[in-house]
Amino acid sequence: MLAFILRRALQSVGVMLAVGVISFAMFRFAGDPVNQMVALDTSEAQRAEIRASLGLNDPVPLQFARYFIDAAQFKFGVSYQFRQPVSMLLKERMPATLELATCATVLAMGFGILLGIYSALRRDSFLTKVLQAVSLIGISLPTFLIGILLIYLFSVILGWLPSFGRGEVVKFGWWSTGLLTVSGLKALIMPSITLGLFQMTLIMRLVRAEMLEVLRTDYIRFARARGLTTRAIHFGHALKNTLVPVITVAGLQFGSVIAFAIITETVFQWPGMGLLFVQAVQNVDIPIMAAYLLVVSLIFVTINLIVDILYTVVDPRLRATVGRAA
Amino acid sequence: MVEPVLSVRNLRVEFANRRGVLVAIDGVSFDIAKGEVLGVVGESGAGKSVTGLAAIGLIDAPGRIAGGEIYLSGLRIDNLSPDAMRRIRGKRIGMIFQDPLTSLNPLYRIGDQLVETIRTHLNLNETAARKRAIDLLAEVGIPAPEKRIDAYPHEFSGGMRQRVVIALAICAEPELIIADEPTTALDVSVQAQIIALIKRLGRDHGTAVMLVTHDMGVIAETSDRVAVMYSGRIAEIGPVRDVVQNPLHPYARGLMGAIPTLAGDASKRLVQIPGSMPRLSAIPTGCAFNPRCDFAFERCRIERPEPIRVGAQAVACHLYDRAATESAA
Ligand SMILES: Nc1ncnc2c1ncn2[C@@H]1O[C@H](COP(=O)(O)OP(=O)(O)OP(=O)(O)O)[C@@H](O)[C@H]1O
Ligand code: SF4
Ligand SMILES: [Mg+2]
Repeated sequence: MLAFILRRALQSVGVMLAVGVISFAMFRFAGDPVNQMVALDTSEAQRAEIRASLGLNDPVPLQFARYFIDAAQFKFGVSYQFRQPVSMLLKERMPATLELATCATVLAMGFGILLGIYSALRRDSFLTKVLQAVSLIGISLPTFLIGILLIYLFSVILGWLPSFGRGEVVKFGWWSTGLLTVSGLKALIMPSITLGLFQMTLIMRLVRAEMLEVLRTDYIRFARARGLTTRAIHFGHALKNTLVPVITVAGLQFGSVIAFAIITETVFQWPGMGLLFVQAVQNVDIPIMAAYLLVVSLIFVTINLIVDILYTVVDPRLRATVGRAA
Repeated sequence: MVEPVLSVRNLRVEFANRRGVLVAIDGVSFDIAKGEVLGVVGESGAGKSVTGLAAIGLIDAPGRIAGGEIYLSGLRIDNLSPDAMRRIRGKRIGMIFQDPLTSLNPLYRIGDQLVETIRTHLNLNETAARKRAIDLLAEVGIPAPEKRIDAYPHEFSGGMRQRVVIALAICAEPELIIADEPTTALDVSVQAQIIALIKRLGRDHGTAVMLVTHDMGVIAETSDRVAVMYSGRIAEIGPVRDVVQNPLHPYARGLMGAIPTLAGDASKRLVQIPGSMPRLSAIPTGCAFNPRCDFAFERCRIERPEPIRVGAQAVACHLYDRAATESAA
C-alpha cells in the first residue's frame, strides 16, 4: 500500500516536471520578457542589464533548473502588470476560487447523486423524464450563458442577488472567506450554481447510468433472491457499488471545476485566480500565466493522488491487487 | 398423500416486447416432494431458468406469470404481494445461480452478506447471527470459517465462492432450494464436490431441490426425478432411472443417447439432435418438436400433445396416446 502511494506520488512529480517545462517554455516563446518590463525609450544598455539581472543570458537548462527550484518554493517571479510577486497575488486570490469551486462541487455532488439515484430507481416517472431533458440542456448550454441568464433574472429583474463580486469577506490570516457573512453567502449562490450545473448534470447522468448497470448485475439479483429488503438492496448494495466509479469522476471534476472557474469568475467578476489569469492573458503577463498553470496542475495532480488512494480504500479488490503489486 | 413442497400447476410465463407477447413457459406442471431432487434438463432457451425464477417470484417486467398456480407446501405463492413474496425468498426458498464469481457483492465481506441475510429472516442479534454464519460456512465446507468470514469474495476461489453462495441460500433453512446450473461456471474438478454438497444438504435437512443443469451425468447421479424441457414445456418427467434408461419422448431419447457418469469423460454434455429449438416467436403449431422428430405424423402438426401417464412417467407425445395411435395406424 505504502509502495503504491509512493509510486503514485513519484508519477505526480513527473507530471509536475512536465508542466514545469511547458510553463517555462511560455517565457521563451512569448517574446522577450524584457520588452514587457521596460518602457519604449529604455536604452539598450539598461535592457542588457535587466536581462543579466534576470539571468536570461545563462544556458537554458540552468535557467530551467533555477525556474523549477524557485517554483517548487512557490517563487514565481514578479507580475509585469502589478509589479508584485506572483505568489502573493495568487495567495490573495486563491481562497475565492477554492471556496467557489468547493461550493460548486458540493452542490453538484449532492444534487447530482440524489437526482441520479432518483432517476435510476424511478426510471419511468414523469419527473425522471423532465430531469433527463433538463440535464441535456444543462450539458449543452455554455457556462457563460447560464451565468448571464441567472444575472438577468435574479439581479436585474428581481434584484435579489448581487451580480458581481464576492460580498463582504472575513479574514483568517491570509485566508479570506465569504462563508461567514450574509452578503458573502448571497454572492456565492449564483456563481456556484453556474459553475456546478454542468458537473451536476454530468454526475446525475453518471450515477443514473451506473446504478442502472449495477441493478442489472448478478449480485443484485442474488441479493433479491436472498429476500433482502428493497431498501437494503437499493441504498446498501446498489448504491455502494454505484459510488465507487463516481468518486473518481467527482474527484477529477473538482480539478476541472477550478479550471472552468475562469469563465464563471469572468462573468461574475469573482476576484479569484481565474479572473487574475484572464487579466494576465489580456496583458501578456507571463509570470502569472505560468504560475497559474503550475498551481492548477498541482491541484489537479494532488486530487488525482487522493482519489487513487481513496479508491483503494473503498474497493477491496483494488486493495488486494495494489497490495500484491507492491 | 403428503403435500409436495413445491407444486407448479399449469404455469404460463409471458414476455412482452414491442412486437407482441412471447410465451416462454406454457402449461408446465410438476411437483417436488420433501427431500426430493428434481433434475431439470433441456436445451438452452427451453425455459429452465424462467421456471425456477417464476417459482421464487423473480420474473421481472416485461415478463409476468400469466397463468397457472404455484404452491409452496400448500400455500399459493404466485399471487402474493411483493413484500410477502420477498419474505419467502431466502427464508423458505433459497436460490443458487450459475456464476459464483458474480453472485456475491464484491464490496462486502462475506460475513456481512451472511449476517445481513440471516438477520433479514431470523430474529437474531448480531453476535448470534455471526455465530450462525460461521456454522453455515463450516457446514458448506469452508476451512477455518471463523477466519474466512471476514474475507472479501475475491479472496476465494470459484468453488469456495459457490460454497459461500450455497451458505447464503440455506442460511434460513429453506424448504426448497432452486439451483440453476450451479456448477456450469466452475472448474471440472470442483463440480462434483459442489453437486455432492447440494445433495448432502438436501438430504440432511429434508430440503426439496430443483436442480437445473445441462449435465446428464449430474442428473443421473443426484436426482430422484427428472424433467426434460423443450420449448417452454415439459416433454417428459419421471423417476430418473426410468427416464434415463427408458426415455419415452423422442426428444428425451435423443438426449439420453449416451449417459456417462459423473466420473466419466468429456462427452457428458447433452448429445446433439439435428436442428435447433425454435425461437419463442416461431414455435410451430402442434408439437413444438415436430420439425425435428423422426416419428412425427399428421396429428403432431395440428394438435399440441398434453402429458400422458405411462407407468411412473408422464410424456407429452402423441405416440403414447393409444387411441390416437390406433386410429393413425
Ligand atoms: N427477460 C427476458 N425477456 C425476454 N425473453 C426472455 C427473458 N428471459 C428469458 N426469456 C426467454 O425465455 C426463454 C426461456 O429462457 P430460459 O432462460 O429459461 O432458458 P434456459 O432453459 O434456462 O436456457 P439456458 O440453458 O441457456 O440457461 C428463452 O427463449 C428466452 O429468450
Ligand atoms: S408428438 Fe409427434 S412430433 Fe411431438 S414428439 Fe411425439 S411423435 Fe414427435
Ligand atoms: Mg438458464
